Amino acid sequence: MNKIGKAGRPPEAASHDIADSERGRDGAQSATMTFGAKEPLALDSGASLSPFTISYQTYGTLNVGKSNVVLICHALTLDQFAASVHPVTGKPGWWPRMVGPGLPIDTDRFFVICQNVVGGCTGTTGPKDIDPTTGKPYGLDFPVITIGDMVRAQSMLLDKLGIEELFCVIGGSMGGMQVLQWAAAYPERVFSAIPIATAARHSAQNIAFHEVGRQAIMADPEWKQGAYLSQETTPAKGLAVARMAAHITYLSEVALHRKFGRNLQDRDTVTYGFDADFQIESYLRHQGSTFVDRFDANSYLYLTRAMDYFDLAADYGGVLANAFRGTKSRFCVVSFTSDWLFPTSDNRQIVHALNAVAAKVSFVEINTDKGHDAFLLDEPEMFTTLRGFIDSAARARGLGQ
Amino acid sequence: MTPANGHATSRIDLELIAHMIAPGSRVLDVGCGDGDLLALLQNKKNVDGRGVELSQDGVNASVARGLAVIQGDADTDLADYPDDAFDYVILSQTIQATRNPRAVLKAMKRIGRHVVVSLPNFGNWRVRLKLLFRGRMPETRSLGYSWYDTPNIHLCTLSDFTALCEEIGLEIEDAVTVTGNTARRVSRPGFLSNLFASDAVFLLSRRG
Repeated sequence: MNKIGKAGRPPEAASHDIADSERGRDGAQSATMTFGAKEPLALDSGASLSPFTISYQTYGTLNVGKSNVVLICHALTLDQFAASVHPVTGKPGWWPRMVGPGLPIDTDRFFVICQNVVGGCTGTTGPKDIDPTTGKPYGLDFPVITIGDMVRAQSMLLDKLGIEELFCVIGGSMGGMQVLQWAAAYPERVFSAIPIATAARHSAQNIAFHEVGRQAIMADPEWKQGAYLSQETTPAKGLAVARMAAHITYLSEVALHRKFGRNLQDRDTVTYGFDADFQIESYLRHQGSTFVDRFDANSYLYLTRAMDYFDLAADYGGVLANAFRGTKSRFCVVSFTSDWLFPTSDNRQIVHALNAVAAKVSFVEINTDKGHDAFLLDEPEMFTTLRGFIDSAARARGLGQ
Repeated sequence: MTPANGHATSRIDLELIAHMIAPGSRVLDVGCGDGDLLALLQNKKNVDGRGVELSQDGVNASVARGLAVIQGDADTDLADYPDDAFDYVILSQTIQATRNPRAVLKAMKRIGRHVVVSLPNFGNWRVRLKLLFRGRMPETRSLGYSWYDTPNIHLCTLSDFTALCEEIGLEIEDAVTVTGNTARRVSRPGFLSNLFASDAVFLLSRRG
């Protein structure tokens, strides 16, 4: 099993400029990089974060020309363990059919990096870490983070590693937002970009869902105005409810019906009470309670906020196409027919903007009833098309088969 | 390959189109099907190629073979492209399946310096005879649909097409007619082409 490097220790204890790393048995490398007082992360809010640490995983080998780097950007409640065992849950990586030897993101050919985002809770500095000015966990004193901030931090790590260009940036959902931000903010560093099931701006409906989740957390008396860690409590109920509500949005009505229908849980008849009579209730409660074990409630607040604030066009005079003007990157946009959180229409807006600047763009809509989470699941057509796109980009970049 | 319009794009059609495209140019193939023409143009002419295709199966197949293709509708989505974005905009055996061929042609004229159109000729004598003697809507080898289920909703003769080009200010630079297995270069398809050709390929550009 892979370990989580030296993540979790206070940033000030980490050595500056030197990546600590160790190689797991699955070929994955766990590493951390700490940026000291002289290298603060300048934030979109005007604040800055310093010191800070980034925890990341790598797979495969960096080639001599440093031209085979694939950056995977993770989604809201995921982490850097795209293809390695999660240190807390013991479960395998979250993209097992996408990342690995011989898979579309082929770790025999590419050097794959997956970083935990700033504000996250699996090793990169976030609200659960110690604020060096107070000696206590940040809690709500942690500065508000944006998608732009996440990507800026990622670029600082790549600078440290001496990596100029990304052969490919790929991610779904919040990860897709980071992909778009990468392509807009650092076009010269992005050879190819694969935003999946995402949007160039978070919709009102999605902000609404996030607000429900945040209010559930903040309504939990154990949340303690965000200071639950120093007061040694956990807003488990609030976070679980937030997860339950969000989880529904990741699925589809058809998928829920197929999996659960109105089936009852371990009983033959309804109980005329408020137990989890239905399987779907039991399933959601399980999703909520297991989520609490691996995720920090304040992190959930900060990361959902980052997504809410994302509006790429707003940063470019209100015209999304301007974000990509002059781009030489090649894009492959992917959406799913049953995704109602980031519907095809959202993804198509990205395609329209890319067309408007005559960018090199492919766009596939995958026919599936699995909803938003389809990008994490077994979708053979997605793998086939992405393999084709990535292989073709690799040929164009002079990376052999 | 059978694109959405059901009109199998023949090898000769692809070759004739490819012959009209300058090497290394920027090309948009509207209604690109599985991407056969784009793949041919990339291999033989080293073009910078893009495609638009209505059927998702065609798009996914094209992307899987490494082509830059998006799902889209010729009737609505050409509006997204800026003026002069391409050296050539190609409509291969697709114009008869569009809802508004005139608007599609005008959009192509706007976004491409050259426009290439290949189409079946509904003025072919076999078609005329079928209608004349059988009194039924013709079904041909290349247009094998009944009148009620055909996606080819805007069939035209070569003369109809050249008249439309004239009207919207597209000049014929080059034209090739296909009769049986014979391709013939013509300056402008006339009465005989309109009677005998089964298909034609036009290279068009803005007048003036």
